[in-house]
Amino acid sequence: MIRIPIANTIQLQRIALRQSYLFALLLLIIAVAVNAALQPDFFRPGVLSDNLQSFLPLMLLAAGQTIVIIGGGVDLSVGAIVSLVDVVVVRAMGNSPSASQVLLAIALGLASGVLAGVVNGICVAYLRFQPIVTTFASSFVFSGTALLVMSSPGGNVPPSLVDAYQANLLGLPVVLWVIAAVLVLWNFLRSTRYGRYLYAVGGQSMSAYVTGVPVSLVRLSTYMLSGLMAALTAVALVMSTNTGDPLIGAPMTLESIVAVVLGGTRLRGGQGGVAGSLIGVIILSLILNIISFANVPTWWQTLVNALIVLLALTGPGIVALVRRKLS
Amino acid sequence: MKRLKLSPVVIALLLAIGLFVLGGLVHPGFANYSLAINILRLAAFLGVVAAGQTLVIIGGGEGIDLSVGSVITLGAILVYQIANGSDQMVLPALLVALAVGAGIGAINGLGITLLRIPPLVMTLGMAGVVQGLILVVTQGKLTGATAPIMVTLITSPLAFEIPGVLLVWLLLGFVMWVLLERTVYGKQLFAIGVNRTTAKLSGVRVPAVLVLTYALSGLLAALGGFVLLGYTQRVFLNLGADYTLPSVAAVVVGGTILAGGQGSYFGTMAGALVLTLLSSLLTTLLLPESVRQIVFGATLLLLLSAYGRQQRLRN
Repeated sequence: MIRIPIANTIQLQRIALRQSYLFALLLLIIAVAVNAALQPDFFRPGVLSDNLQSFLPLMLLAAGQTIVIIGGGVDLSVGAIVSLVDVVVVRAMGNSPSASQVLLAIALGLASGVLAGVVNGICVAYLRFQPIVTTFASSFVFSGTALLVMSSPGGNVPPSLVDAYQANLLGLPVVLWVIAAVLVLWNFLRSTRYGRYLYAVGGQSMSAYVTGVPVSLVRLSTYMLSGLMAALTAVALVMSTNTGDPLIGAPMTLESIVAVVLGGTRLRGGQGGVAGSLIGVIILSLILNIISFANVPTWWQTLVNALIVLLALTGPGIVALVRRKLS
Repeated sequence: MKRLKLSPVVIALLLAIGLFVLGGLVHPGFANYSLAINILRLAAFLGVVAAGQTLVIIGGGEGIDLSVGSVITLGAILVYQIANGSDQMVLPALLVALAVGAGIGAINGLGITLLRIPPLVMTLGMAGVVQGLILVVTQGKLTGATAPIMVTLITSPLAFEIPGVLLVWLLLGFVMWVLLERTVYGKQLFAIGVNRTTAKLSGVRVPAVLVLTYALSGLLAALGGFVLLGYTQRVFLNLGADYTLPSVAAVVVGGTILAGGQGSYFGTMAGALVLTLLSSLLTTLLLPESVRQIVFGATLLLLLSAYGRQQRLRN
């Protein structure tokens, strides 16, 4: 077939305009192209791998945030959970730990992340507090506990952990395998009954409840998953920064939400996916790369970055406005 | 099951009084007149900023303004640089700051209504842009000065140790009451908050009212920056950052519901008082930062359990 019938192109156009996910993909292509043009060695395996290593923590965090948002909530405490788990892991490892001690410390960290998620989840799902203020309030509890565990940055991490983060497995960087695993697990989760419940709860919690979906349980589980992903983020940060820091997660909370929205998941819930959010994180990070390679004057960098991000966030809205005006 | 229903404003006020008495019991010297005035003064800053947040949240539709923190900073910096210590220039500087704040808020409103971007995302993106603007405007050099008249009007005691900012706050409370309860705008805002479609069908110009609301929120944040400058007398690049989420918390503690359509500014005033009292009390007790944060968060969660709860799924 050489000629595409007109009806089909219109349909294609309609699909393209409807999918906010495609908008993110388009942005990603532009960002990669601009970045590659400004940074000639962008596609060199070493550079790519370095980039992925710095993207991974926010990717993991945004994946968890996506699940909460699809379920109709939002988690403003993820940054504080990252800080908490970061210091718990480093503190639990102590100086020159054995391999089993390292694993135990990581397990302890993951458990505390999930526990933090349980606290959020019980408050939101069973006590019916409003998600935004609840997770804002609980973030103080978590960040305070982080300071209690370790009041200032410090501690050290066995070099083997740092090596593991930078290592290659079967010719590909370990971080890439982790990203692939997140995507595979998400797609599996989405295809299960739980996945359908998740979208139902976020889309129409009332109808979901009436049709027998365990709404509160699903809500609780989203915050637990978010806590778990925040804990994994912290583990990745410990491995890449080589030390513990009780304040490390603070700026990541809002970034994770921006990444989710950039990736086409709507804050209203019931729609979207993790893949888009991962793309969102890459876009956010590439914009920063581009600005530093484009020699933007120092005092303008924040503004240029923020304007590009705002434009990217408003992009789907502008497309929709144009569509409304046309029809 | 029937429950005793107290108005959220009363609960918050009782809490504030309770906290104050508790402070006096736990730490002798906490409950004295000048410290009480000081706490009221600190609450006033949060209260002014949270006024705009109250309007935005009453308007519903997941309304929230996360750009207030950076608008506070920008407002303070504009006044600091334009007035530059001269009493005559304070009024023009204030007007410029208010106009810029209102303009930023209006852009938020346009993005939210015209482009249908969720308020959280729009105002979050705008916060970054304003932060960038601040760096471009100042180039990292914060030159300027606070005019003496601002210190006189805002910080210095006028009578019975009461500083001017408290009178500003009381006046604002009255203006907000009139605005919400006695004007067409107020009625329309509540109507929009309850149900956007019915409001529209009853002839409310929803987009216009919402753009005005976000503009007011930006304006009030800039005003917050102005009064804050009269207190700190110096500006920092993150002067307002610590007011963004507390302003939301003050509104919620004051009984305004995040779903919109219900609430009052008196509640927010009481909420600002409760939050400020709580953090002052924790500071007075000389607790370490870590414990302070934990207690603050846990208390906030307890407060939410009092009345920040959503509807049951099963009616």
